[in-house]
Amino acid sequence: MKLPLDGAIDCDAHLSVPNVAALLPFMSEYWRDQIVNRYIDRSGFNLMSYPSRSPFTVRDDWRAGQDTDGLDVLRRNLLEPFRLSTAICHTLHGSIALFNEDMGAEFCKAVNSWVARERLDREPRLRASILVHAQNPALAVEEIERCAQDPRFVAVLLPVMGESPLGRRLYWPIYEACERHGLSLAVHAGSTYRHAPTGSGWTSFQSEDYVLQSSAFENLIVSFLAEGVFQKFQDLKLVCMESGFTWLPTLIWRSSKTWRGVRTEVPWLDRVPSEIIRERIRLTLQPVDAPRDPKILNRILEQIGCDDMLLFSTDYPHSHFDGEDVLPDGLSEELIRKIAIANPLAAFPRLASAHAGQKSRETVQ
Amino acid sequence: MTRHVIARADDIVPGSSRIVTVAGREIGVFNVGGDFYALANRCPHAGAALCEGFISGLVGADGPNQYRLERKGEFIRCPYHGWEFDIRTGQSWCDPKSMKVRQFSITVAPGETLVKGPYVAETFAVQVEENYVVLDL
Amino acid sequence: MNAPLREQKAAQRLMIVDCDIHPIQRSAKDLYPFLSKHWQEHLETFGGHVRQGLIEQTMWPRMMAAGQRADAYPAQGGPPGSDFELMKRQHLDVNGVEFGMLVALSKGGMEERNPDLARALSSAVNDWQLEAWVKRDARLKAGIVVTGEDPEHAVAEIEKRAGDPSFAQVILSPRSSEPLGRRRYWPIFAAAERAGLPVGLHPAAIPGGSASSGAGWPTYYMQEHHTFVTGSQATAVSLVMEGVFEQFPKLRIAMIEAGFSWAPALGWRMDRIWERMRKETPHLKRPPSEYMREHFWFATQPMEEPENPQDILQVFDWIGWDRIMFSTDYPHWDFDDPRQAIRVRLTDEQREKIFRANAKALYRLP
Repeated sequence: MKLPLDGAIDCDAHLSVPNVAALLPFMSEYWRDQIVNRYIDRSGFNLMSYPSRSPFTVRDDWRAGQDTDGLDVLRRNLLEPFRLSTAICHTLHGSIALFNEDMGAEFCKAVNSWVARERLDREPRLRASILVHAQNPALAVEEIERCAQDPRFVAVLLPVMGESPLGRRLYWPIYEACERHGLSLAVHAGSTYRHAPTGSGWTSFQSEDYVLQSSAFENLIVSFLAEGVFQKFQDLKLVCMESGFTWLPTLIWRSSKTWRGVRTEVPWLDRVPSEIIRERIRLTLQPVDAPRDPKILNRILEQIGCDDMLLFSTDYPHSHFDGEDVLPDGLSEELIRKIAIANPLAAFPRLASAHAGQKSRETVQ
Repeated sequence: MTRHVIARADDIVPGSSRIVTVAGREIGVFNVGGDFYALANRCPHAGAALCEGFISGLVGADGPNQYRLERKGEFIRCPYHGWEFDIRTGQSWCDPKSMKVRQFSITVAPGETLVKGPYVAETFAVQVEENYVVLDL
Repeated sequence: MNAPLREQKAAQRLMIVDCDIHPIQRSAKDLYPFLSKHWQEHLETFGGHVRQGLIEQTMWPRMMAAGQRADAYPAQGGPPGSDFELMKRQHLDVNGVEFGMLVALSKGGMEERNPDLARALSSAVNDWQLEAWVKRDARLKAGIVVTGEDPEHAVAEIEKRAGDPSFAQVILSPRSSEPLGRRRYWPIFAAAERAGLPVGLHPAAIPGGSASSGAGWPTYYMQEHHTFVTGSQATAVSLVMEGVFEQFPKLRIAMIEAGFSWAPALGWRMDRIWERMRKETPHLKRPPSEYMREHFWFATQPMEEPENPQDILQVFDWIGWDRIMFSTDYPHWDFDDPRQAIRVRLTDEQREKIFRANAKALYRLP
């Protein structure tokens, strides 16, 4: 069904940088020299998780003009038809998969600057996440400090599968910076393929990998629980993006049961996981990985047992629904309102601080 | 209520335990720092022989990598799923409100109060000069 | 200590098929009668060579008593599961085991890197199951432990044992070097299908060569425990999406010790994604969840414990009441007691299906 209200907040929409040339103005001379002379600018930077022409990465009727006049296309396809007040945009630029940490950090900086100049400055309904190269947490923190000055950045963006499970202490400087600035942690589907996507090795198909993103999110949550991230960072908000959610009940049941037997291994995990999951984790709506039968969807929501967890999203321009039928059938009007507005506002505290329609004085250059 | 003499007090030293069968029930008898406690040998989670588990302390942490072991000897960990129970109260540490192992009333009585009866002592004669662990069922 | 009462009580009305029992050798010497002198010497010098950093320890140490029931350690020594008399006394007899399906995965499967030793161990473990277990107790049924990474030998071993009613299934670990739906494993499925044997998938303790999650290696056992679920999910997806069930329409899969409540959500998720991306997998003629519904059986251990116990009935509905098979995982620490594990009221018919009839149908037990 269509959104029955105006002013929804889309928590997961995607921007793409048209080409490397667009990033060069935001890079140092040294990097411009490297990128041009090594022909790095002659190829794209798409993540293997999202080949640009796959039927899933861009919905057919949203395809036109994606690469060049992206902002007008965004308004025409997303902001206007869905009558959004806000769209939080995530730019999953492939440079996060580079091994050279300095190059990766420079690209991230350029992407964030491009987003601020070419999108946030030009369209007041947009907000964004800060792209960082997680493998060097110190450099990532520098970039977070830089972008945090701009209130239109509301989150820090990481792919769910990188080099190590994200709960690990080596990443904690990133979470400390997030907490300090009120930035939510947006962990998004996708992999840099440092590892085979599964514990049984390399899969054959893109669609297979896409299905198994949910397994990655299960492991992400167990990592955060076991490592004590939620205890260490009491104010940190974890938002799972493009994760699906029908796998949640099993995870809640299983982790709570296991906890009772492994508690002495991880004694800082001082509450039953079901409580922590419901309080501290949020998930975006798309893809709705449930059958279309509203009875089944509502049973799953009952099993999840918490109305605060789902956040409205279109996952534009990925293809999950037809036309404007972004909502699954069977949700109550009250729940729709929560999902569309109240839950996103709670999940991204910085949304409240920059008013829509105004450009803040301190913006990222 | 019947009184059952199950052991000489000296035979169950602090830190140790014994499982006895009394009136058809298996009961774990624990000496925690000189105080005696009696728990059903049946974990309320899934019926395991709880009292055959591991006696240990309470593990805690203020944060990652800050481990503490306190209240040594006061907890038993079920030998099946590892759930932790406070020997003194029978309560599950993780689920104190809804998960509790059955406790029994247990005292130490001097032999001279027992020789008068009535009591049941399955395995030995009560001596006046000894102290005995007594279960009330 | 008095002998526990439970060892003395016979199981009166309870009769079950236990779909997951783990026998284990007391030491490698138990396999010597089934190994040549060459391999005996090899084991005594070089030992096994598996895909992990430590020899004697698992890299994620288990919780209670090395992950075993503390009361299952034999008095005379040896690991839990190595003493037939103890297993009989404390489990088979008191828990009404009518049939017990053996999963002997500690050796002889996919873990050994030396290809010739792997072949020798596989054959030896299958001989050992017969001599040390099945011949001692007609209730026990062996599973053919095969060298999954060496499909040629796996096929030979299946063909050697097929037709012997002592063997009820083929055993593979989902912690393989490639996802099990990949074509290099298809000869094994062909042989199992020809022999009319289900394939039982049970995660081995030792990883298969890849990090146990797509984001890398877990730190804590709490996480490693969950990768048994996600690894099994990946295997189920691989089998379905590679078209294994189009190729082998009579193949039946038992997921053992993987959990089960995740199966409906995974089926729905595959369906929704297949809707949009099906051009990538033209060999699939039907929605993925239909293949799951038709070809998968699930053992119950470790039983889920939802906050609302009635939710488990909903999960059974979604999976199919004919697909759920009770298991204990004796002698591991998270053993499910047949009298306790299911916390909701079942009808007699439902109880009979879960505790006996479904397993009897799958494994063709009398």
